[in-house]
Amino acid sequence: MALEPGSPGPQAVEARPSAWGGLTVLLDTPAKRVVAIVAILLVMAVAPQIFGAYITVILTNALLYAILALGLNIVVGYAGLLDLGYAAFFAVGAYSVGILTTEFGWNFWATLPVAVVAAAVAGVVIGGPTLRLRSDYLAIVTLGFGEIVRITARNLQITGAASGISGIDQPWLYGWHIVSQSDFYYVFLALAVVAVLVSVRLANSRLGRAWLYVRHDEDAAEAMGIDRVRVKLAAYVIGAIYGSIGGAFFAVNLTAISPQSFSFQQSTLFLMAVILGGMGKIPGVILGAFVVVLGPEFLRDLGSFRYLVFAVGLLLIMLFRPGGIWPAGGRR
Amino acid sequence: MTLVTLLAQQLVNGLVLGSFYALVALGYTMVFGVVKLLNFAHGDVYMVGAFAGFVVLSLIGGMVGTSWLGVGLSILLSMIAVGFLGVVIERIAYAPMLRAPRLSILITALAVSLVLQNSVLSLTQGQVFAFSPKLGFAGINIGAVFINYKQVALAVVAALLMIGLELFVSRTQYGRAMRAVSVDRDMSELMGIDVNRVIAVTFFAGSALAAAAGTMAGAYYGSIWYFMGFLIGLKAFTAAVIGGIGSIPGAMLGGLVLGLLESFGTTLPGIGSEWKDVFSFTVLILVLVFKPTGLLGKSEQERM
Amino acid sequence: MALLELNALSLGFAGNRVLNDVTFAVAPGSVVSLIGPNGAGKTSLFNCITGFYKPQRGSVVFDGSEMLRLKPWQVTRAGIARTFQNVRLFRQMSVLENVMSGQHCRTSMGAISAVLRLPAQRREEAKIREVAAECLRFVGIANDEWHRDASTLAYGHQRRVEIARALATNPKLLLLDEPAAGLTKGEKDELVTLIRRIRDERQVAVLLIEHDTGLVMTISERVSVLDHGVMIAEGTPREIQSNPRVIEAYLGSEDAEAALAL
Repeated sequence: MALEPGSPGPQAVEARPSAWGGLTVLLDTPAKRVVAIVAILLVMAVAPQIFGAYITVILTNALLYAILALGLNIVVGYAGLLDLGYAAFFAVGAYSVGILTTEFGWNFWATLPVAVVAAAVAGVVIGGPTLRLRSDYLAIVTLGFGEIVRITARNLQITGAASGISGIDQPWLYGWHIVSQSDFYYVFLALAVVAVLVSVRLANSRLGRAWLYVRHDEDAAEAMGIDRVRVKLAAYVIGAIYGSIGGAFFAVNLTAISPQSFSFQQSTLFLMAVILGGMGKIPGVILGAFVVVLGPEFLRDLGSFRYLVFAVGLLLIMLFRPGGIWPAGGRR
Repeated sequence: MTLVTLLAQQLVNGLVLGSFYALVALGYTMVFGVVKLLNFAHGDVYMVGAFAGFVVLSLIGGMVGTSWLGVGLSILLSMIAVGFLGVVIERIAYAPMLRAPRLSILITALAVSLVLQNSVLSLTQGQVFAFSPKLGFAGINIGAVFINYKQVALAVVAALLMIGLELFVSRTQYGRAMRAVSVDRDMSELMGIDVNRVIAVTFFAGSALAAAAGTMAGAYYGSIWYFMGFLIGLKAFTAAVIGGIGSIPGAMLGGLVLGLLESFGTTLPGIGSEWKDVFSFTVLILVLVFKPTGLLGKSEQERM
Repeated sequence: MALLELNALSLGFAGNRVLNDVTFAVAPGSVVSLIGPNGAGKTSLFNCITGFYKPQRGSVVFDGSEMLRLKPWQVTRAGIARTFQNVRLFRQMSVLENVMSGQHCRTSMGAISAVLRLPAQRREEAKIREVAAECLRFVGIANDEWHRDASTLAYGHQRRVEIARALATNPKLLLLDEPAAGLTKGEKDELVTLIRRIRDERQVAVLLIEHDTGLVMTISERVSVLDHGVMIAEGTPREIQSNPRVIEAYLGSEDAEAALAL
């Protein structure tokens, strides 16, 4: 699956089932795929002009979810670690920005490296003890950590307690004050593109393969000389960084954050995005994120039944189509 | 209030709380024993049990009153109804996933949990319902400690249920079959045990116990809402792990230990009630990291 | 000096003595077989060498270093590779990717260099593929199979891929756990040739567990016999064939067929 020029040609490329799944029937050459991607990007680029403010906000949210889903996809889809507390990393990024800008007057761009480092530390703190656990325990422990982070944010003064932090300044970039809906839309669009590129490169790398080896057969992977603790920790840390950067931009977008945004429900929404679209496949994960955000909009009439529909959908997918809703393709 | 009185009061509170945890933990541990699955939806079964009890009491309250008899019947009927719900869930959601990778079953369990939660959310619009049986505030005094009748009844019912379960597991055929399946499922099948039946019975029993706990919690604390299963689910899981997952006496012990820990933990300076849950989660994480087999569990050596 | 030396190794599980005071050595560049009736503890011995089991007593010295403290991945990095009794290829991954896993421990490019696609990382990726391709050619897997899902290959081919995967780790010692199980006569002959080539062309010592006594006698320079966790004999194939204790051990077990083959 070559997305950029200079990649090895078809013979030397890996032959896992193509992430494009059933669409490989339509998009059977790399050229066609590039065209498809460019077309999508063009549409995305003019969307705010065409669709107006309300839709722009929703699409921005969908892009945020896409970024976070890509991060969680690394943890769950590649490394096979069921993280039920992913919102914790989202919170780390958001609160890092919130605290540093409002309490200490930092420039937003300076807070980003801090958010990244904080996320990496959180990834190690949460990942470290959980890595050796069997998958059921790991899921519950990550859930526990997620709750610990949320409750701590709710209790401490520096995080604004239950009302959170507000009045976060929106950033300037070379004379461009990023304030409006469409400003943030383009920022998130750019972030999403970067997130996809990073994910693709990681997936096709030594580390990406190592995640799959460890996920498919841990002991055989160890026998091949792969340190599974280190590999899993890398997944957590990288996933955490995705979450944290998403959270950082989320904070300046909304200019206010509160513990409600970092609950277990939030974590499950991220997880649903990853699974609905097809765990482990990048286009699928992005689709899943859009479904999770746009779905409730379309189902608005159903009121509180919306999330029930999603939950039932998730259950049906697990029972009948565990590969997700992305059309399943054969092998190339 | 002297220190001794305070501690004694906390002891009572801890035991009450622990009984809830124990009842729900039993469901976790039994199901884990026979199908090696952590039923993530178990906490929500407890929640459904509370609502079932509420509905029953509303229906029969006119006839039998909403005092002890009414509540007792509500508990019983809720147990039966939700017991069957547990079996239905197992048949629909878990049985088809037996040979699937671990990750898939866990996510399925999560999905079931979300379905239960959101079903009740949709039906109730997220409202909190007041569960107000007329059980009065009378009680007995032991020294300076006041134990009200509700607490006594709770402890007694919980104890009876646990004794009942213990007898069931150790004396009846089903109970023996359950233990056999949890030790070696394939071998049990070869020995002629109807494994599917046993699993169904296990889910029934576990769900019924959770339903009893849910109804009692509703009556005791006075309110129920769709999200009440989340926290109790996690705490009951913690209890099951403390006692040793897969061990029935372990779940009982773990429940009591956790209840007491929480109760006494909140009397420590610095840990106010808003940190209570963080305290429990920390306990969970510490236990899983340092002693995953719990107090009564057995060490598992992986054979290659 | 021996390449691999086990000294007084003892291993027990829940009251069972699996290995009892086992002492055993493998010379560099040799082919050694480990035989014994079922349940004798042979795979457990492999697991001790590779770090999956921790014996209660004894030592495992490889190339001069003590191996017992090491985790399995560290043992592989030190130069011991293995195959498994039940073929354990990574399913849903291609044959080539399976073999590439062996090169993980011999390479070092991490996440950042991958994301930035540094030239060094691209060179390393190409090298990983080359080494994997070479190993596959060495064991005789044609390149029209390289991109297929490894679990869809014929059984005999899967076994060879597993060997290629182990070879990709650049080992000095290769542990083969029942490599001939389920192979046809023709495939077993090919296996014999392959093992010889591994020893001669790659200077890798081979230690194999095998039940096919004919194959063992053909390929081995030395044979060790394990029975109920105890090393009961060690010597050349000829010596083992005429060793009464060995024959008795096989007759005493259900391995009569193997006993007759002796």
